[in-house]
Amino acid sequence: MARAVTTQHKTIATAAAWIVALLIFFPILYTIITSFKSEQEAIQGFNLIPSGTFESYTEVQARSGYFKFFFNSVLLSVGSTILALLVAIPAAWSMAFSPTKRTKDILMWMLSTKMMPAVAVLFPIYLIFRDSGLLDSRIGLMIMLMLINLPIVVWMLYTYFREIPGEILEAARMDGASLWNEIIYVLTPMAVPGIASTMLLNIILAWNEAFWTIRLTTTNAAPLTAFISSFSSPQGLFWAKLSAASTLAIAPILIMGWFSQKQLVRGLTFGAVK
Amino acid sequence: MKLRTLTLGLLSASALAFAAHAESITIATVNNGDMVRMQKLTDDFTKANPDIQLNWVTLEENVLRERVTTDIATKGGQYDVMTIGTYEVPIWAKQSWLLPLDKLGDDYDVKDIIPAIAGGLSVDGKLYAAPFYGESSFVMYRKDLMEKAGLKMPDAPTWDFVKQAADKMTDRANGVNGVCLRGKAGWGENMAFLTAMSNSFGARWFDENWKPQFDQPEWKNTLQFYVDLMKADGPEGASSNGFNENLALFQQGKCGMWIDATVAASFVSDPKASQVADKVGYALAPDNGLGKRGNWLWAWSLAIPAGTQKADAAQKFVSWATSKHYAELVASKEGWANVPPGTRSSLYANAEYQKAAPFAKMTLDSINAADPTHPTVKPVPYVGVQFVAIPEFQGLGTTVGQLFSAALAGQSSVDDALKQAQDAATAAMTEGGYIK
Repeated sequence: MARAVTTQHKTIATAAAWIVALLIFFPILYTIITSFKSEQEAIQGFNLIPSGTFESYTEVQARSGYFKFFFNSVLLSVGSTILALLVAIPAAWSMAFSPTKRTKDILMWMLSTKMMPAVAVLFPIYLIFRDSGLLDSRIGLMIMLMLINLPIVVWMLYTYFREIPGEILEAARMDGASLWNEIIYVLTPMAVPGIASTMLLNIILAWNEAFWTIRLTTTNAAPLTAFISSFSSPQGLFWAKLSAASTLAIAPILIMGWFSQKQLVRGLTFGAVK
Repeated sequence: MKLRTLTLGLLSASALAFAAHAESITIATVNNGDMVRMQKLTDDFTKANPDIQLNWVTLEENVLRERVTTDIATKGGQYDVMTIGTYEVPIWAKQSWLLPLDKLGDDYDVKDIIPAIAGGLSVDGKLYAAPFYGESSFVMYRKDLMEKAGLKMPDAPTWDFVKQAADKMTDRANGVNGVCLRGKAGWGENMAFLTAMSNSFGARWFDENWKPQFDQPEWKNTLQFYVDLMKADGPEGASSNGFNENLALFQQGKCGMWIDATVAASFVSDPKASQVADKVGYALAPDNGLGKRGNWLWAWSLAIPAGTQKADAAQKFVSWATSKHYAELVASKEGWANVPPGTRSSLYANAEYQKAAPFAKMTLDSINAADPTHPTVKPVPYVGVQFVAIPEFQGLGTTVGQLFSAALAGQSSVDDALKQAQDAATAAMTEGGYIK
């Protein structure tokens, strides 16, 4: 009886999970479907079966070179993630293993910067970038993306590091390990799953960032967010082309997310059941 | 072998020298059919000007506006040519943010630009932006439904006629709405339509002393008429509808009439995209017999920011893109119907264009019927037909647009919306120093 109830519960839970997952994924699925329609089909109301034309993809590729934007997206998301990890690992280490009375406050303060609307600092940032010659430069945008994602990276790493017993690090120190060796050879290998999932999440966040990547670039450093934006039009129905551009822009990150979902879920739920 | 190496070396060196010499200009533009077509045709320009390379930045209209405003206000120098509208040109020119266009070339023929359009892009008689395409607004209607309703659309209808026709054409059972109008909140969305409409009702945003006028009967008449008309004959959820939403409805045969940008004519009459392509008629925007029609005037134009280091190259490009030669180039490659409309008188005198674009005469008449320097029945201290050319208008226009959109959605009454609009406008004008 108990087994029957459990099986029934499982079935309901599975069905509910599928429904929720489909609901969340549906807008992306419909974007992909629309990208295989003609413009006329795209505006003719709800229809899940496209004619299967590739004309939107051909036009999108002919009009703007996808690969230049793609290359910039890869460079910016990976580059900003590496920069963020370089800064965040020592920061999270010090907060996790040498906490002070104010550590929690500092962490909250860091997170509070994420609560501010980005547009509020558009002008100061724009002026700093202009005066530093960083407008439309990949390095400038990498720094910007690193800075905006840094609070989340520090927070995540801090949570993982706190799971590692401090005694292990103490033992390393007793064996004569320097601070650098302690972080590189003891802490980092133990925190690899946490660092990997932080890295994956940060790449996704940087890939999808659309406020600064559109506003601080023109041609050289423009990533895929600028590519999508160039197909949006308030005067004219170009839904199929916009969908094709969006599909091309999200495909790489979607595939990466698909293959690394185990690590992502593991990383995101780490320490959640305490 | 040595000779070949030497030749290759020389060729590479000259290629490098050429690349170093070539000047690249960055052009910020919007994503619409005419602009995309221009990007495809730039070979013609680069062949004639091999020392100038073109970099394109295409953005959605609102993002573009924000980007270029940030850049020009901070003298960021990211763009050498900017696509801006009739709203920005007078404000930016007065701030000395734009270069006057005085080197467009001997054969450019500035006088050929339609006077109403040139007026909106000039300050103190100097042209600060060259129009790439111009538009007004007019009535697009279904000839078959009008006939079925037993009515004949006049060339210059009144609002009363529009109401009468909309009532008769509405057929909810078959999904036909008598009229489709903008309802989506925004200074360039519902407020473009409503401000132009209010001009024909004798209303104005401000009196000569910048006192807001939403508490006057003319605005009440405008908004009440609009809300009543849309409730009786408009589509469901009209408060979310902008240009694109109404275009989709009209193309699917769900609107009897649609009053919107003249540029829509080429979309609704395109058999590849529109199910009603052969059934569309055109008429001037309605009036109330007060001497002003409810149509607007807009021109997407190319301007050169004062901070550019490449003014000569930029001006060469602007001259090419807005010239008669460019119109002929488009016609030769893609047909006369695809030539950017609404900028040059000579285009409308061209018999081939008139034949290819059945809406040509009505477009020109609509443009000529708009006067940005005298937009209203009563005198006003501002220029602009569907906007007020002051920096505060973007924010204020959108706030008022939200209030009017809420009235259309039934979330507030017309009186409440007008009272709140009056309060918001008074606060903005006081803060801006217009009201002492």
